[in-house]
Amino acid sequence: MNLDDNEERPSLREMAGQAVRLARATKWDEFVIENGIRLAGMSAIVIIALIFFFLLREGSPAFLDIPLRQLGGSRWYPIEALWGLLPLLYGSILVTVGATVIAVPLGLTTAVYLGEFAPTWQRELFKPLIELLAGIPSIVLGFLGWVTLAPLVMRLGAPTGLTAFTGSLLLAYMSLPTIISITEDALYAVPREYRDGALALGATQWQMVWRVVLPAARSGIVIAVMLGIGRAIGETMAVMMVTGNAANIPELGLGVFFEPVRTMTATIAAEMGEVAQGSMHYHVLFGVGIVLFLITFAINSLATRLVGGGVRRRSGGML
Amino acid sequence: MSRQRTNEIARWLITAVAFLVILPIFLVIAYIFYNGIGALSWEFLTQPPRQGMTQGGIAPAILGTIFLTLGTAVAAIPLGIGAAIYLAEYAGDNRLTRAIRLAIVNLAGIPSIVYGLFGLGMFVLFLDYGTSILAGSLTLGLMTLPVVISTAEEAILAVPREFRVVSLSLGATRWQTIRHQVLPHALPGIITGVILGLGRAAGETAPILFTVAAFYLPDLPRSIFDQTMALPYHLYVISTQVPGMPLSLQYGTALVLMLIVLSMTVVATIIRTAMRRRREW
Repeated sequence: MNLDDNEERPSLREMAGQAVRLARATKWDEFVIENGIRLAGMSAIVIIALIFFFLLREGSPAFLDIPLRQLGGSRWYPIEALWGLLPLLYGSILVTVGATVIAVPLGLTTAVYLGEFAPTWQRELFKPLIELLAGIPSIVLGFLGWVTLAPLVMRLGAPTGLTAFTGSLLLAYMSLPTIISITEDALYAVPREYRDGALALGATQWQMVWRVVLPAARSGIVIAVMLGIGRAIGETMAVMMVTGNAANIPELGLGVFFEPVRTMTATIAAEMGEVAQGSMHYHVLFGVGIVLFLITFAINSLATRLVGGGVRRRSGGML
Repeated sequence: MSRQRTNEIARWLITAVAFLVILPIFLVIAYIFYNGIGALSWEFLTQPPRQGMTQGGIAPAILGTIFLTLGTAVAAIPLGIGAAIYLAEYAGDNRLTRAIRLAIVNLAGIPSIVYGLFGLGMFVLFLDYGTSILAGSLTLGLMTLPVVISTAEEAILAVPREFRVVSLSLGATRWQTIRHQVLPHALPGIITGVILGLGRAAGETAPILFTVAAFYLPDLPRSIFDQTMALPYHLYVISTQVPGMPLSLQYGTALVLMLIVLSMTVVATIIRTAMRRRREW
C-alpha cells in the first residue's frame, strides 16, 4: 500500500517535514530554557561575589585610610573620628555568647524531647508551632522585648533594662528554632538499628539517647549550634531595641551582662541613616559590614564542611 | 540510684524543659493578640497616620509591605526556581556544584543588615535606583533566594525517579520531562517554599532601612521608583523614635504585621500537609 495515495492523511514527506520542524523548534526552545536554567544555577555564586564586591567597594577606604591601630582601639566615637571597632566586636560577641549559653541546652533538650520522647500528637502540634516562632518578625519580638522584657530585667536589679543580658535572652529565643530543627534532623538521621540495638541490650531510653543517639548525631548537633550562633550574631533589629546601644567595654566580671552594649549590627542600622554618603563614617560602617560578612561566611563555610560536602540526594536527578 | 530511676528523672526533666521552651510561643502570640486587638478597627486599617502618627491608621504601611512583598516575589521566584531546577536536574557531582551549594548556604547566613548595606551600595547608589520600591524589592528578593532555592530543590528531588525514567523512555527530552512530569508534581512544594520565603521577607526591617523605607509618607507610591512606608519599619519608628505614642497603636501595628506574616506561614504549612496526604506515590 502506498501511503502517498491516501488523501485524508498528510503525505509521509509532509509528516517527516513537520517532525523535523517540530524537533528543531523544540531544540531551539530547549536551548534557550536550559541555558537560562544553567545561568540561574550560577546565580548564587554571582550574587555572593557581588555582595562582597560592593561591601569592599564602599568599605575599603576605612581599612586603607585609617591606621589599623586606630581600628583596633577601644573607643567608638564617630563625632571625634575615633573608629575603635573593639567595643562593637565586644558587644556582638558578649550578646552572642550569652544567647548561645542559654539557647543551646534548651534547644538540644527540646529537640531530644520532640525526636525521642514526645508522643506523636505533641510532635505534630509542636513542630509547626516552632516554625511559627521562626516566622515571627524580629521587629515584633524586639518590640515585645522592649515593652515587656526590659522592665522585667530592670526589676532584677540592673540599673537599666536595656542590657546585654536582655539582648541575649531575646536572641536565645530567636535562635531556638534554628537549633531545634537542625538537631532534630540530625537525630532523625541516626539509623533505627542503633536504637533497637541499644534497647535490645537492655539500655533504658535515657541511656540509649545519651550513650548512642546523641554521640551518633554529634556532627549534626555541632552544625545546629554553629548555625544558631550565626543567626544570633547577625540579628539586628531586636538587638538594637533592647541592648541599650552604649559603645563601651566595662570591666570584666559577671556584671558585664547587666550593662548596656552596642553590637556591630545595631551600629550599622542606627548610624547609616544619618551619615553623609562618602564620608569616613559611611565607609567605616561598610567596613563593619565586611567584618560581619567575613564572620558569618567563616561560620557557615565551616558548618558546610562538617556536613561533608554534598547534601544527601534522596531521589530525582536525571538518570 | 537505679538506672530506671535515672531514666524517669531524665525523662521528666527533658519534658519540663521542652514545655518551658514551647509554651512561651503560645504566650508571645496570645499576648500580642490580646494587647493589639483593641486597636484594630476599620479606620486603623484603611486610614493614613495623623497627628504625628499618634492617631489614624497604618494603611500606607500595610500597602507598602504588600507592594514590597510582590516585588520580592517577582525578583526571587524565577531565579530561585531556575536555580533549584539546575541543582536538582542538571548539576553533576563536581566542584562547581559544591561551590554553588556553599554559596547558597552562605547567602542564607549573611545577616539581613549586610543585605541592607549591599542594597544601598549596589541598587540605591551604583545603579542609581534611589531609595525606592525597586531597590528594596531587589534587596529583599536576593535575601529570600536561598529559602526559595532550597525548598524548591527539595520539592523537585521528592518527585520519584521513575516518573523521569518513564518520560525519557517514551522519547521526551530532558526539558519536556521537567516541564510536564517533574514540575507539576513538585509545584505544591515549590509554592510552600515561596510563601515561606515571602513571609520572612515581609517581616524584615534591616534590609529595607536604607533601601526603601520612609519614616512618614501618607501618600501612596506612584511607581516602583518611589519610597514607601512599610509595616516592620513603621513598628520600629513608632515604638522607639516617636515619643508619646499610645501603646495600643504600637501593639495594634505589631499584631497586624504578625498576622500578615503568620498567615503566610500557616497557608504554607497547610499546603504542605495537604500535599503529603494527597500524594499518589
